[in-house]
Amino acid sequence: MSESTNTIETFANQEYKWGFVTEIEADAIPRGLSEDVVRLISAKKEEPEWLLEWRLKAYRHWLTLKEPEWANVSFPKIDYQDIIYYSSPKAKGDGPKSLDEVDPELLKTYEKLGIPLQERAILAGVAVDAVFDSVSVATTFKGKLKEQGIIFGSFSEAVKEHPDLVRKYLGSVVPASDNFFAALNSAVFSDGSFCYVPKGVKCPMELSTYFRINAKDTGQFERTLIVADEGATVSYLEGCTAPMRDTNQLHAAVVELVALDNAQIKYSTVQNWYPGDKEGKGGIYNFVTKRGACRGVNSKISWTQVETGSAITWKYPSCILQGDNSVGEFYSVALTNNYQQADTGTKMIHIGKNTTSTIVSKGISAGHGQNTYRGGVKILKSATGARNYSQCDSLLLGDKCGAHTFPYLEVRNTSAQVEHEASTSKIGEDQIFYCRQRGISTEDAVSMIVHGFCKEVFRELPMEFAVEAQKLLGVSLEGSVG
Amino acid sequence: MALLEIKDLHARIGDREILKGINLTVNAGEVHAIMGPNGSGKSTLAQVLSGREMYVVTGGEVIYNGKDLLDLSPEDRAREGIFLAFQYPVEIPGVSNMYFLKAALNTIRKHHGLEELDAMDFIELVKEKMKIMKMDQALLNRPVNTGFSGGEKKRNEIFQMAVLEPKLAVLDETDSGLDIDALRVVAGGVNAMRSPERAMIVVTHYQRLLSEIVPDFVHVLAEGRIVKSGGKELALELEAEGYADLYDEREAVGKV
Ligand SMILES: Nc1ncnc2c1ncn2[C@@H]1O[C@H](COP(=O)(O)OP(=O)(O)OP(=O)(O)O)[C@@H](O)[C@H]1O
Ligand SMILES: [Mg+2]
Repeated sequence: MSESTNTIETFANQEYKWGFVTEIEADAIPRGLSEDVVRLISAKKEEPEWLLEWRLKAYRHWLTLKEPEWANVSFPKIDYQDIIYYSSPKAKGDGPKSLDEVDPELLKTYEKLGIPLQERAILAGVAVDAVFDSVSVATTFKGKLKEQGIIFGSFSEAVKEHPDLVRKYLGSVVPASDNFFAALNSAVFSDGSFCYVPKGVKCPMELSTYFRINAKDTGQFERTLIVADEGATVSYLEGCTAPMRDTNQLHAAVVELVALDNAQIKYSTVQNWYPGDKEGKGGIYNFVTKRGACRGVNSKISWTQVETGSAITWKYPSCILQGDNSVGEFYSVALTNNYQQADTGTKMIHIGKNTTSTIVSKGISAGHGQNTYRGGVKILKSATGARNYSQCDSLLLGDKCGAHTFPYLEVRNTSAQVEHEASTSKIGEDQIFYCRQRGISTEDAVSMIVHGFCKEVFRELPMEFAVEAQKLLGVSLEGSVG
Repeated sequence: MALLEIKDLHARIGDREILKGINLTVNAGEVHAIMGPNGSGKSTLAQVLSGREMYVVTGGEVIYNGKDLLDLSPEDRAREGIFLAFQYPVEIPGVSNMYFLKAALNTIRKHHGLEELDAMDFIELVKEKMKIMKMDQALLNRPVNTGFSGGEKKRNEIFQMAVLEPKLAVLDETDSGLDIDALRVVAGGVNAMRSPERAMIVVTHYQRLLSEIVPDFVHVLAEGRIVKSGGKELALELEAEGYADLYDEREAVGKV
């Protein structure tokens, strides 16, 4: 019995394979935050005046805000003056124009992470924007996308080349004043990805951003903005890793999605920031604001996330369902192991008529992990015929971990239909023994059960990501767990 | 050489000794029935044979197919051909019955150096076994035992046995919870698997099953020991007279 219990508890304890550090000279600014720092970041990025003003406004607002305390997580106070707000690998001259000009050290880093940037080497069908600390270092397949009018690349570049688009949509879904971390991000964000898919265009390949934190004591504050114009469709993937360090690092990102009439955006995340060691030392604080606006009729935004990393995750990808008949979806697997804490979920705000939302949340807790689902469904008076289905399941591996569920519901229209299901289960010794009696090893039994638990979410992921996500959970159907 | 030889087997759970010296020899081709009062240790014996770790073996030995069985992990015992049809089959939500059984069959095949079956071959195999067991296709696509009726769970156990083709099958009260028609089907499935290479230990309380699956030997397990053995007629005697006479007088006194 003890053997199965141990395996259950330790099955997710695989070593963090992405924890190496790249030796590269960095251009970093001194620690601390002030108006001068905000100005310095903006100047380094050669930004237009309006953007600097936007940042300063956000910064001044941030000063009036308090760090939120309502989340079901605990950690020592963050000293915001002890963080480095900008660090970029030292560029040679003006920054790379093509992959050939990217520092070979960086190319090697991404190769080691399993994301070869060399276009020829890339799995056909995925364009990658690689963000290293504070800057985007390379974007692949840009030319090919441009032929169809699709803009995909770093945020900084978009500010220079498509200022009108950026200005029109920046902060339109997550205002700079939205919350403490969103305000902080708005003041100091350094880079990120920008994507615009024009009217009627179905993006022919998966777009993806790979975020890598490398420098020590640096915060990562990236911003992603995706706009799907009328009738456009795009599927976007986001991945992330960081070196193993025994101090905590802050990652406070903002993601904004805008879907106009009949447009669809699918946004998938496999979040694998360094989770800290077995005693809970180190790891990333992942405090992220993600929100999508279904502005147009019949539009659809679908969030899928597999959250396995970070010491603390605080994240609620949400949908504002404004257009009539618009659809919002949230599929999530969150794993907390050792001393990881996650407080994650979604908010679905129904404004338009006949809007529908689906929430499927799967929380897995192991070790001393604490996993909280926090979800809000709000149906406004105008949302006649709105429907929501929510399902929240928790799976416990071992008996020192915890699962918590906080669903909030607010219905102001009597025609709305809302359905909520929740369950908590534990992998039992009897289940494991039953499998073993049929010849299946403990590791395979655990991975089979965990995979079965997550499959409704995994099937929402694009193929390659589903495979990666499975591996991340220690779930390999060939049985190579542990 | 016997397929299974149990010699003076003792086992406990917690501080309590449940098996107090079991001796039993089972040859390939034989069917042995084990009967006995509730709580006498029948399921414990079945679980000990399949390697459940919560039961601690405190003495004796078990030789299976020439090997020390107690040395093997539960999964290795299964791969070596030991199958337990559980008295209480376990539900595994989220894992499809079909997927589960394919994984089981393939690990066993792999263990014997056979090629793993792909989905197509597996379905062919399963279809045939489904006919014998009159299994509903729908049960295969559902999660393992999840929400199955009592009878469906039992039928599923025997269906798994039919697919995995063990050398030694231990059926723990497979008849309980089955209606009369299902009992016939299940017994038919079990009988179809009788072969000179395969042995079965059938734990039951009822003669009814043993008139369908006719055993070569019947044993009575009481208070952790086999207190009487005989041929198939012993089951009929027991049905008529109960177990009372079989207890050792001194042990029965003072027990409730
Ligand atoms: N997990 C356990 N924890 C504590 N006691 C146990 C456990 N398993 C079995 N026992 C005890 O061991 C004894 C034998 O149980 P066992 O299940 O082997 O009986 P059985 O002969 O199969 O009975 P039945 O005919 O009712 O199925 C019983 O007294 C039972 O309460
Ligand atoms: Mg029993």
